[in-house]
Amino acid sequence: MDIYLAPLRFYNTLLLQNLITELSKRFSAKIRVIDLDINLDDFFSIDRKQYFSTQIIAEAIKLTDNIDGKVIMLTDVDIFVPVLTFIFGEAQLNGKHALLSVCRLHEEFYSGISNDNLLLERTIKEFLHELGHCYGLRHCIDWDCVMHSSPGIEEVDIKGSSFCRNCISKIEGYKY
Amino acid sequence: MGKREKILIVDDEKIVRESLYHWFEEDNYEVDTAEDGETALQKYEKGKYDILLVDMKMPGMSGLDLLTKVKEIDKDALVILITAFASVPTAITALKNGAFDYITKPVDPDELAHIVNKALEQRALKIENIQLKENIDEIIKPDNLIGESYQMRKVYELVYSVAITDTTVIIRGESGTGKELVAKAVHINSSRKYFPIITVNCGALSESLLESELFGHEKGSFTGAQFKRKGKFEMADRGTIFLDEIGSISPKMQVELLRVIEKKQFNRVGGNELIKSDFRVITATNEPLEELVKAGKFREDLYYRLNVFTIVIPPLRERRDDIPLLVNFFIKKFSTAMNKKVKTVSKEALDFLMNYNWPGNVRELENAIERAMVVGKSNSIMVEDLPFHLSSNNFALNNDVKSLAAMERKFILNTLNENEWNISKTAQILEIDRVTLYNKINKYNLSKNDY
Repeated sequence: MDIYLAPLRFYNTLLLQNLITELSKRFSAKIRVIDLDINLDDFFSIDRKQYFSTQIIAEAIKLTDNIDGKVIMLTDVDIFVPVLTFIFGEAQLNGKHALLSVCRLHEEFYSGISNDNLLLERTIKEFLHELGHCYGLRHCIDWDCVMHSSPGIEEVDIKGSSFCRNCISKIEGYKY
Repeated sequence: MGKREKILIVDDEKIVRESLYHWFEEDNYEVDTAEDGETALQKYEKGKYDILLVDMKMPGMSGLDLLTKVKEIDKDALVILITAFASVPTAITALKNGAFDYITKPVDPDELAHIVNKALEQRALKIENIQLKENIDEIIKPDNLIGESYQMRKVYELVYSVAITDTTVIIRGESGTGKELVAKAVHINSSRKYFPIITVNCGALSESLLESELFGHEKGSFTGAQFKRKGKFEMADRGTIFLDEIGSISPKMQVELLRVIEKKQFNRVGGNELIKSDFRVITATNEPLEELVKAGKFREDLYYRLNVFTIVIPPLRERRDDIPLLVNFFIKKFSTAMNKKVKTVSKEALDFLMNYNWPGNVRELENAIERAMVVGKSNSIMVEDLPFHLSSNNFALNNDVKSLAAMERKFILNTLNENEWNISKTAQILEIDRVTLYNKINKYNLSKNDY
């Protein structure tokens, strides 16, 4: 089953390229990039100045009926679900779609110093995390596992960058 | 699998119910929802819920009314109220009526996770979780800490004996010996294993960055700090903080460090709130701390605070018996990662690996195997696949070869022997002229019978 990356208002081509390279090393599945005709402005909350993640996923579901595989959308805009101030990503548990925002993964928002390597590392972790949810994985208690919950950037940095032995068995075609 | 905690979300807004439903479902809770107080009460009477998240303002029965009724059924029920606007009267009323806490919409994900965890821990429901954790103990062992040699068994003995205490540990050893892995081994064999071990490389950060990294900072505390960040000491609460390259921290940071280790409390940079954290300290260094203390570069009081229990990791050249195990481990690791069919190592290559001096220790060995697997063409790692320029000479640096002159002597002799004492060929390989080679032969008194 292939993995489809759908950039939505995501212009960091170097990050996208590096992410694809890293994913290709880890998965036997093909990593493909697709365009989804989604206008993010339709999901913008004027009050919150953020984009409503759940509705974006709902829109993606309508557009990807014919795709057999996991569809992970990647965006640089800040996303939210009601009740929470922000989220890094949202996924359909045991489903096909997920949305990941790299907006709050940028180090410059925390320390004022840009760090491309750290951004890539965080993006890989959160990408695998959301993909893990799509494969039915819930949060894991092992801090070395990428499925450990990460409500803040600190947890993203602390947790491991791969799946633990328990979680890995549920991920189709994962090499290491 | 252990029992999953049950949570009931009560909110009249479908969108809120759904958001929270997904959030907690991913977090391994068994989630149920109710759209109003009456439905919630019916559900609560029928099924046992560990925690309720209740919106204050709902048509019909309000959140506060539901709280009162739930408390009549079970006075220990854990209820967290959700409000749209934070206000002191609201908070007082909620807490007076027995709510565990209240949150204001929208809530920071970190804060929501923290409040719910705190509530459940208070009710000791975490015991279930701990049992679950015991069952999967195996997954948190650092399986890349390899070695069965006598020296490493001694290290393991020290690890296990100190792990169960809460003693401060200092790990000493050359670069690349695996100090971080040993720190991890201490952590995961301690009672703190269900909380994280936080690693800080003190040598890699400037003084100001290290301060912010260790203690965290508030939003806006310096240019560019758009969001607050918790520091490593805060993240290590109930876990372990591992301070690598401790010998390289500045005098100012030594003072700060001493204070936080003694008091276990601190402020974030730019903040007034006193943060308390319960952490264990493990440090590591490859520097001679005692000499730094003598030279006045490392505080004596901090040295004694850190130097309570020492674990020394031997360099790889002192535990050569472990090399085959390590080689096999790395072959397996990289063959999976690179999708290669390399299964073994040739006898010649292994002999070379066994005899090499390994100044970079296990890290160097790992890099050597990785490189060999990238360039190698066969199913075995061959000598020529190894990344050493001298590998074709089978140039082994033994313990008796310590000086530069001794090394040069051995190298020249090896090259001469490999080329059957053909002076021109040897000089060409060594990239020196024949006269220089003759001079070296005389200088080192080399003869064809030498090995």
